[in-house]
Amino acid sequence: MTTTIRFSLNGTATSLEVEEDRMLLWVLRTELGLTGTKFGCGEGFCGSCTVLVDGKPERSCQLPMSSVAGKKVTTIEGLANNGELHPVQAAFVEHDALQCGFCTPGMILAAYGLLLENSKPTRQEILQHMDDNLCRCGAHNRIVTAIETAAAEMRKGERS
Amino acid sequence: MTRFTNEILEHLGIDLPSEVSRRRFLKVFGGGIIVTASASDLLALQQSPARRRFGRALPDDFNAFLRIGEDGRVSCFTGKIEMGQGVVTSLAQMLADELEVSLDSVAMIMGDTDLCPWDMGTFGSMSTRFFGPPLRAAAAEAREVLIELAAEKLEVPREQLSVTGGVISSTVDPDKKLSYAELAKGQNIARRLDRKAVLESVEKFTIVGRPVGRRDAIAKVMGEAEFAGDVRREGMLYARLLRPPAHGAELASVDASGIEAVAGATMVVDGDLIAVLHPTPDGAQRALAEVEAKWKIPELDLDHDSIFEHLLKVAPAGETLDRGGDLDTGMSESVVEARHTYLDGYVAHAPIETHTAVAEIVDGKCTIWASTQTPFRLQTEAAEALGLPEGKIRVKTPFVGGGFGGKTANRQAIEAARLAKRTGRPVQVAWSRDEEFFFDTFRPAAVVKIDAGVGENGRISYWDYTTYFAGSRGAEQFYDIPHHRTVAAPGGWRGGPGTHPFATGAWRAPGNNTNTFARECHIDVLAAQAGKDPVDFRLRNLADKKMRRVLETTARHFGWLETGAPSGRGQGIALGIDAGTYVGLAAEVDVDRATGKVTVERLVCAQDMGLAINPQGATIQMEGCLTMGLGYALTEEIRFSGGQVFDTDFDTYEIPRFSWLPEIQTVIIDATSDPPQGGGEPAIIVVGAAIANAIYDAVGARLYRMPMTADRVRTAMVRSEG
Repeated sequence: MTTTIRFSLNGTATSLEVEEDRMLLWVLRTELGLTGTKFGCGEGFCGSCTVLVDGKPERSCQLPMSSVAGKKVTTIEGLANNGELHPVQAAFVEHDALQCGFCTPGMILAAYGLLLENSKPTRQEILQHMDDNLCRCGAHNRIVTAIETAAAEMRKGERS
Repeated sequence: MTRFTNEILEHLGIDLPSEVSRRRFLKVFGGGIIVTASASDLLALQQSPARRRFGRALPDDFNAFLRIGEDGRVSCFTGKIEMGQGVVTSLAQMLADELEVSLDSVAMIMGDTDLCPWDMGTFGSMSTRFFGPPLRAAAAEAREVLIELAAEKLEVPREQLSVTGGVISSTVDPDKKLSYAELAKGQNIARRLDRKAVLESVEKFTIVGRPVGRRDAIAKVMGEAEFAGDVRREGMLYARLLRPPAHGAELASVDASGIEAVAGATMVVDGDLIAVLHPTPDGAQRALAEVEAKWKIPELDLDHDSIFEHLLKVAPAGETLDRGGDLDTGMSESVVEARHTYLDGYVAHAPIETHTAVAEIVDGKCTIWASTQTPFRLQTEAAEALGLPEGKIRVKTPFVGGGFGGKTANRQAIEAARLAKRTGRPVQVAWSRDEEFFFDTFRPAAVVKIDAGVGENGRISYWDYTTYFAGSRGAEQFYDIPHHRTVAAPGGWRGGPGTHPFATGAWRAPGNNTNTFARECHIDVLAAQAGKDPVDFRLRNLADKKMRRVLETTARHFGWLETGAPSGRGQGIALGIDAGTYVGLAAEVDVDRATGKVTVERLVCAQDMGLAINPQGATIQMEGCLTMGLGYALTEEIRFSGGQVFDTDFDTYEIPRFSWLPEIQTVIIDATSDPPQGGGEPAIIVVGAAIANAIYDAVGARLYRMPMTADRVRTAMVRSEG
């Protein structure tokens, strides 16, 4: 049974005829063609499908379409602005905070979600917030450094 | 000057990709200057010690085409793939340096069986070590060709020409100059690397040996990097396959009538493949849940605890890998002796990208996009499975989301290819996390027995080492021991049929994690019994200068206190050799005395890897190895009963997380005049033993089995206190 779901996707008003119990991850990757959001486990354990819903990190593999109706969804494709990297993306590049790159979109959105809520997280707060996003290549220490750099950059941006 | 003609191609005798006819070769590669390099060239270039050590493992591999296009851009066509280890950057660095061009002008075309020459696969930390030298030589050859062309066109003797930034100019009259683009234009030149080209000396490198960031980073942070699961084809169907609940289970009955409830779902039976297909991945998943199957599960009295006894029982007589002196003499000279058995369980690769493939058949030709470490092996396997000649199979390898050895197996790609053939539609097979754990080729469970003693002088007098199913990698000891023997059960880490209840395979530094754990723990056991500090004891027993330097560097950077163990401080050290690289690791741990939970506070790792092509990339690989290694050391273990695997997701199979993160310091020992050695695996081998030794130093409890879970540490503490 399909329903019309309206939501904002990366700043664009979007309307979809879709079964409302389908998970956002699959709709993003299939109907909407946004493959930057990754499938890692489908159970909410790994975080590679993380997107922001109204600024909060959510597991898109666990998020039925009905729950995004009327909300703002941000995926990795929506972060850069006219080709200019978002500070979190830029910091990941600067610190080589990735290897295979598969967990990276989820990591970046989880980090961005943290920084929206807490512009000056302590190292401990970063570790805690990121703990359920898994990386198998072992880029963790660089990801933490990248988040610290991004936090500083984003604070600068607010002041200017 | 050799012209690019059919006769020349014949003469070149290069293994052209199957489908690439000579005409097509020209069409595909266009004009310009092409240099090919292959294994035979490699063997001529490879230094003899490395040849001896790896000679048997080196088939006709490491082939590459290098092309200077008519636009001056450099393309490297190689069957190697990028899975996070960073060769997309380090190989390009080597090329850029030899050719004297900017890194930006080098494009890497990787893992495409139609465009790239045959390659064995990407594993064993071999890309840089073995592929690097001929690739560099090919680049040097291309440079020579360009200089010859320039000499001809500029009418300047070649001795008077120099190259900078892809421009060749006269040293006498700098106005006389030509760019690579101008030189390559209209050319159809092919060369086969047939001599030892003059390589740039290390001092001349401007790109190699310098830290360079990942070239694929921007695509990856933008979400634009394409992985196999991101490939979309017109009319593509997503498949989910019916899987048994246990290895060895047989299908008794199946009822798929329920899938009618899922609009658009279809079922396909192709021999042993039972699949449901749907235009969406979640639709296929829903449909699969409607399929009811009954299975006959064979009785098999074997689990993750009883496996070790089983392994010892089925192990064939061992083969002696190495021996020296006389063990009886060594025993008679010893004042302390220790005999222990070390155990290591099954470990999963668990890449975050599960095995994924898309297959499409158009006009009798099958194209497979796969997450694979072995595109050419997959080409052969798919040809066999589909009954097509290899030339009718093209494998393309997008970015691979982590491999660690697990993606040398291509089952998912064969499934996709068979379903594409059966349905006539493009088909994606992306394994669920359950499937990834179930069909993984686990790092094998293994047993190591060591009997060794120390003489009055604090020197190890004998060493009798037997490894069962950990293979030979890392079994060789490097201490200066007069009487020693190393025995391995044949069949290596795979073992013969009936050894393991499920598939096993290569896992980052195969076998070496287990062997190094056993050896380095035992060295500490001997040190403790002989009343010596672990670092001092190792130095007394090491003659190898390179390893002494690695040990001293590690201890110095760590701030090792020679107090003897257990000191209560929680410091531990371990040494090892993998892929030609010497590595030392010192760990500092905290052990919760109530629960036995181990927290690794600090890791200091030093390695001698010869010339580090990209020190930044090498450092990242070390950090990755150390972080990943925490998992096999502390928590990772596949629990099972018979053919049933219990750990099928990250809730119970715990891989390292942010909260585990120790402070990590890495040191690459300056050895730029030595040839490059492996970088993707070595630092992981020492993690288990360094932590075990640190636990002993912290609480006086010795662990003989990995992973060192809180329960096991607690049990060992109770035992040591009792």
